Amino acid sequence: MNSYIISAIVVMAVVNYFTRALPFLFFRSHMPPKFIIFLEEWFPPVIMTILVFYSLKDIDFQSAPYGAYELLGVAGTVGLHLLLKNYLVSIFGGTLLYMALVQGWFGV
Amino acid sequence: MRYSKEIKTAFRNSIPVMMGYLVLGFAFGVLMASNHYPWYLSLVMSLFIYAGALQFAAVGFLGAKLGFADIAIASFFINVRQSFYGLSLLKKFKDTGWLKPYLIHTLTDETYAVLTGIKIPEDISQKHYTLFLSLFNHSYWVTGSLLGALFGVSVHFDSRGVAFSLTALFVVLMLEQYKNRQNIIPFVIGAIASIFALILLGKNMLLGAIGFSLVMLFALRARIEKNSTAKAGSDE
Repeated sequence: MNSYIISAIVVMAVVNYFTRALPFLFFRSHMPPKFIIFLEEWFPPVIMTILVFYSLKDIDFQSAPYGAYELLGVAGTVGLHLLLKNYLVSIFGGTLLYMALVQGWFGV
Repeated sequence: MRYSKEIKTAFRNSIPVMMGYLVLGFAFGVLMASNHYPWYLSLVMSLFIYAGALQFAAVGFLGAKLGFADIAIASFFINVRQSFYGLSLLKKFKDTGWLKPYLIHTLTDETYAVLTGIKIPEDISQKHYTLFLSLFNHSYWVTGSLLGALFGVSVHFDSRGVAFSLTALFVVLMLEQYKNRQNIIPFVIGAIASIFALILLGKNMLLGAIGFSLVMLFALRARIEKNSTAKAGSDE
């Protein structure tokens, strides 16, 4: 096997592991300061919101259907979740609705 | 069976990730195969890198014969957001012993989202639940990319839109986070930071959005903490 490819994969694996391990290395010996405890509590809802936007970043608002499928998919997921409170049903249902829209099952 | 409760809970919570990872992993395997890389390279990358965005970018790096320093820098910036995930898991991972290196290795966006977003029963072992959840998610990604690399070129399944399951996962976990906190401020911060970053940075918005949101989070820290203690007080 080509040694360039192997080395490149090793570099990516090591750097990627480092980004995941950084906080654990940094706070190994001493207890984290108060602001970290604040982040522990309040960062998850912030990042979850950001990840929703991030996963929808490829929406094209300039041309048809102007992001309508994604918005409907999200609305369907939220609606199901508020109604039935079962997250598997919400995720399956929302995804099915989105697939139906994108693949034109409704003939639109 | 030992740990059967932990395995069951972990499997149930991993199902939404399964849909997304099998499809995205499959897409990665197909991309590798269509660039004439052997199947075992897809397998090795999914096992040892295990990062969606970086692996797709890697196909470009390898094709362009990018230098190692460039690859290292690009990899760092594509995935440095993951450093913030560990910050909110220091306590959870504290007593995981020899499992810790593996739990860190498998700390993807989705695993982090499920770990912090779905509450588990108190009578099951947090440590083993985390291990099984990580193992399940990792196996979906590896399986998907292996299948894609081996059979991708000959399979005709219209999977357009399946990857939306990851969006739906994040949406549902966001709603769950709200239910647990009843405080709208962090969600408003996340939304404003994302829109701001999308306008300024376009598709490379993730790191910028995290930066903006951290600034806002600390600027509003007193208010958020006051708001939540007031809520906690009124619950009693």
